[in-house]
Amino acid sequence: MRADRKVGIVGWGVYVPKWRIKSEELARGWGRDWNRYAAGIMVEEKSVPGIDEDTFTIAYEASVNALKRARLDASLLRAVYVGTESKPYAVKTTATMLIDALGAGGNGRLTTGADYEFACKAGTEAMQSVIGLVGSGMIEYGLAVGADTAQGAPGDALEYTAAAGGAAYIIGPAERSVAIIEASLSHVTDTPDFWRRQHERYPAHTRAFTGEPAYFKHIVTAARELMSLMGTGPEDYDYAVFHQPNGKYPLRVGTRLGFTPDKLKPGLITPYIGNTYSGSALVGLAAVLDQAKPGQRILVVSFGSGAGSDAFHIEVGDGIEEVQGLAPKTLDYVSRKEYVDYTTYARYRRMIRMLHDFSAY
Amino acid sequence: MWAYWQSVPAHWRELPARYRLEGGKCRDCGHTTLPDEMVCPVCGSKNIERINLPRRGKVVNYSVIWNAPRGYEYYTPYVVALIELEDGTRIFSQLTDVHPDEVREGMEVEMVLRKTRVSGESGLIAYSYKFRPVMD
Repeated sequence: MRADRKVGIVGWGVYVPKWRIKSEELARGWGRDWNRYAAGIMVEEKSVPGIDEDTFTIAYEASVNALKRARLDASLLRAVYVGTESKPYAVKTTATMLIDALGAGGNGRLTTGADYEFACKAGTEAMQSVIGLVGSGMIEYGLAVGADTAQGAPGDALEYTAAAGGAAYIIGPAERSVAIIEASLSHVTDTPDFWRRQHERYPAHTRAFTGEPAYFKHIVTAARELMSLMGTGPEDYDYAVFHQPNGKYPLRVGTRLGFTPDKLKPGLITPYIGNTYSGSALVGLAAVLDQAKPGQRILVVSFGSGAGSDAFHIEVGDGIEEVQGLAPKTLDYVSRKEYVDYTTYARYRRMIRMLHDFSAY
Repeated sequence: MWAYWQSVPAHWRELPARYRLEGGKCRDCGHTTLPDEMVCPVCGSKNIERINLPRRGKVVNYSVIWNAPRGYEYYTPYVVALIELEDGTRIFSQLTDVHPDEVREGMEVEMVLRKTRVSGESGLIAYSYKFRPVMD
């Protein structure tokens, strides 16, 4: 898909909570030996949202960082979309709170706003929508966020990777952008690999569908179709970023598509903070933009269970180096950390309930 | 009824201050407050303008809360601090991302937006400014 008018990334920002729990500690909590799982998961520690953090607070700080890099007043935003599968409210749009906190749309709050849900690719789905609005000339600037405080059931394999964090992107016209989104492409099918029913606290997943029929099929199809559209091959890209449910899959899918590990590693963040779900591929892209140079090309392919992938061909433009240092970088947040034990983790994730706690939920 | 024990109108009225640190500045004597006041508490003037307060400041003094009021129990122990913002405005705020024994008078802090109070399973989630030690 290509917009009528060229659009690009005007600014980007990330946020990752400071708390971490080691995979070894998670395994210990359930009497398991982490060494048996380490090679299959390749995530040594994951981020844990603080007791007062959720998708809105994560989206807010990532968006503030994106606005700093964009050198843009929030009042000029005319679309604010938050992609997440951990909405603070089942019904009350996270975007309403984000719009008011940022002052988007000016004093009249003249902006569209919505939450997107598509498992781990809700953030890139939000980005597709903003690209469409800017590309058609309906708006000048829009904000797309992917953020989550992911749920992994206690003792489940997902508990090793379900993490918290997010990334925000301000999309605008090419002449104001530091990276041009030349084209995008989406691929979606009905694949029952992972879901969460209404009122359930934790998702269910089916081992047989997780790998080949879901993650690999959708990412490979979207990536190959986009490269075919652009007439490019893996050798034409300087970086490739894929959705990162663990540390192993993105390396494997990248290798299968013909990318060398040196093109994959700069955007591979999950081994250090876990899977930030809707934030996952977008946090990886932010880490790449933090160090990218003019003229470089980036391929980004997200994946969301259910299932589908969004692929983007991005070309880094002049001026990116001027804005890289205007807000904290991805690795600043990755290296800002303090470890918690399983008890503190359980409390922060509200897995433990107090006897007299009026704020429990 | 349970969902509404936290005043919804009060929550809504306080959003500009809580989300965006919108305070008041007296056009006559220059005194600043958070939230904005109808009447300047220093000179009595009603000539008040709304301003965005700076998002950085220093801890003037603080207290550790072990026995919290209703709705804040889950967050204990937490720190409330008197903070002097860069323009001299003094405000009360919770501190976050910090252990009580790490807090010091004069500590440089910056504003973040965090969850402050949750009205049970079905009520509102209140968010507000809190301050954390500066990242850089």
